[in-house]
Amino acid sequence: MTVPVLEARGVSLGYDGRTVLDGLDLSIGAGTVTTLVGANGCGKSTLLKAFGRLLTPSSGSVLLEGRPVGQLRSRAVARRLAILPQNPVAPAGTSVRDLVMRGRNPHQSWARPWTPGDDAVVERVLADTGLAEVADRAVTELSGGQRQRAWIALVLAQEAPTLLLDEPTTFLDLAHQLDVLRLVRRVNRTSGTTVVMVLHDLGLAARYSDRLVVIGEGGVLADGDPADVLEPTMLERAFGLRARVIPDPVTGTPLVLPEADEEPAPPAETGHHPLDQAG
Amino acid sequence: MGAEPVSAGPVSAGSASAGSVSAEAANAGSIGAETADAQPVDARSVNAKTANAQPVDARSVSAETADAQPVSAETVHAQPVSASSASAARPGPSAAPATAAAPAAAPPPVRRGVLVGPLGLAWRPRVLLVTCAALLLALALVVTAIAVGGARVGVVDILRTLAGHGDALDRLIVLQLRLPRVLAGALVGLALGVAGALMQTVTRNPLATPDVIGVSSGASLGAVAAMLIGGGAESVGGTLLGAGVPAVAALGAILATALVYGLGWRGGVQSYRLVLVGIGVGAMLDAGTSYLLVRARVTQATAAAEWLVGSLSGASWDTVRPLLYGVVVLVPLALAGSAALAVSHLGDEIAQGVGLPVQLHRLAVIALTVLLTAASVAAAGPIGFVAFVAPQIALRTAGATRPPLLLSGLTGTCLTLLADTLARTAFPWDVPVGIVTTVIGAPYLIWLLVRNRKEMTT
Repeated sequence: MTVPVLEARGVSLGYDGRTVLDGLDLSIGAGTVTTLVGANGCGKSTLLKAFGRLLTPSSGSVLLEGRPVGQLRSRAVARRLAILPQNPVAPAGTSVRDLVMRGRNPHQSWARPWTPGDDAVVERVLADTGLAEVADRAVTELSGGQRQRAWIALVLAQEAPTLLLDEPTTFLDLAHQLDVLRLVRRVNRTSGTTVVMVLHDLGLAARYSDRLVVIGEGGVLADGDPADVLEPTMLERAFGLRARVIPDPVTGTPLVLPEADEEPAPPAETGHHPLDQAG
Repeated sequence: MGAEPVSAGPVSAGSASAGSVSAEAANAGSIGAETADAQPVDARSVNAKTANAQPVDARSVSAETADAQPVSAETVHAQPVSASSASAARPGPSAAPATAAAPAAAPPPVRRGVLVGPLGLAWRPRVLLVTCAALLLALALVVTAIAVGGARVGVVDILRTLAGHGDALDRLIVLQLRLPRVLAGALVGLALGVAGALMQTVTRNPLATPDVIGVSSGASLGAVAAMLIGGGAESVGGTLLGAGVPAVAALGAILATALVYGLGWRGGVQSYRLVLVGIGVGAMLDAGTSYLLVRARVTQATAAAEWLVGSLSGASWDTVRPLLYGVVVLVPLALAGSAALAVSHLGDEIAQGVGLPVQLHRLAVIALTVLLTAASVAAAGPIGFVAFVAPQIALRTAGATRPPLLLSGLTGTCLTLLADTLARTAFPWDVPVGIVTTVIGAPYLIWLLVRNRKEMTT
């Protein structure tokens, strides 16, 4: 059996004494797209950060390609693994190209400064993400979809074989969410990049993932093919959500539909509220 | 190079809705890819026709095909985007169709920094230009500062004296009286400018000057204690510790910052926490200084107060030497870390993600900041405002995203030299330079802010 790209062994993580994950085991196979889902605060982003060496587990270990990630140098990790945290903020005035150029940092050192090869990677990534046209504009001036692609371009410029994305589609409209997820899957298909991401939309997660991992109750609640994982009892347990799951009429992947509300909606929300007139 | 996929231009009518354009453009991209390679100039029209003529095809395309070239509605300008190497190698021709189709406001597609020096720093042309201008201005100010004063010395005489051929009087005035003070001012400004730029960048906060993390407060308490408790004479030079005041001030600066760093530690040091703890510790240290001042005799308190404002009037070669060593070692170190500083400016998580050991880097930057500031405080006292205003002026003059280090330092040099020259010559008595730096620095920064109408950022 091949060594997993990423492996969590008995990982416990928490903030300020509160344990979020307790003795979690999970391994990620090379070349797959794995999506972590779960209720707010379940620890899926925390786990992703531990995979990306942004957090150190209070116990247990994280292995990157078989080696404990805590024992590797930052630069060495960054050449093998790229992580995009939630809602990064670019300094005002930073151009898209400036941002993407920073992705070459792990490949540089005093002995090996910026090279034409780095330039080539940056230009290719800009073209791949459809940002060549806006490369010299400030990141803060871009639309939400473009901005998110600029950040993804930064991590792509690292040319790392493993890519971690924390809620890459948050705050984007549906078309731009698809845009980002298609880009992610294209990178996975064309470069064989291993992808681990956190998503909230279960339908999109099912569409664009090879594997879903449901995090909850301090560990892994369910793990496997999206069609097997997404079923009503699991949704009830992980999210406290009563829902039915039907095949997506477009792709055949599972689609989660919440059950209708049991009690009638309160009258104040039916259109008579004075504030509604303004909208 | 040629093997790289050519992403042909995304195409759409500008008025089309975002959702539909996305699908069309994606399809157009995959179709156009074949043609773009052979005929880059025609690719635009081919793509345009394809996209407009076959919207049905675009929608019916499978998810996989669409994935081949996901290009969203934002990149609406028809453009055969060539592969990276091609556009880098020949920006002119390949860019021509793009600029024709793009709005007039679109910037040129390829903008390169100028690579200067063995450090491989990518200098933007404007930053390089402004830095050269600042260097020339600084040199001009050095000569001017030597020339003016109680006895004027001609520029030719100054240059001849510096070259070792001046007469005795010129040598006395230039080499013994004025040059030490001018050099001290230039180096203090340089050190403060670089220190301020380092601190503002690593904390991503323009208000986070070295003063804020307790450097000046520690230095002040140390110096005032040395003057009042250890001394007892009227002037700085006459204290019991004598030349010890600068050393004690530098030590106070380093200890105070170590205290702030230690108190701010919580499994790592966050910039925000560092600033808050620094303000708290600084306030306590300042209270200690105030206590010493009110307990002191008037003559001692006056001498201490002059030191606290920052003054170059006592500068001699003994002042300049340690400062020069400090600057010669520390400023190149700071410049060598410029690339890492740019990475750190993206925030902790991104910086760590691209391989910067964030905590180690922050410690190194704080150490550099403190040593630079301590060196300048030891030479001239805590000259106010330079570390804050010089990087901000440099940032705005260069139109950069973070204060350029060398330019910040040179701006500090110009500001301090200008202020000290005015302090020496424009007033009937010798005004402490710290007052003048604030008086000329603040209005200039405000003018820049008003003119640029840009929010104040690092």
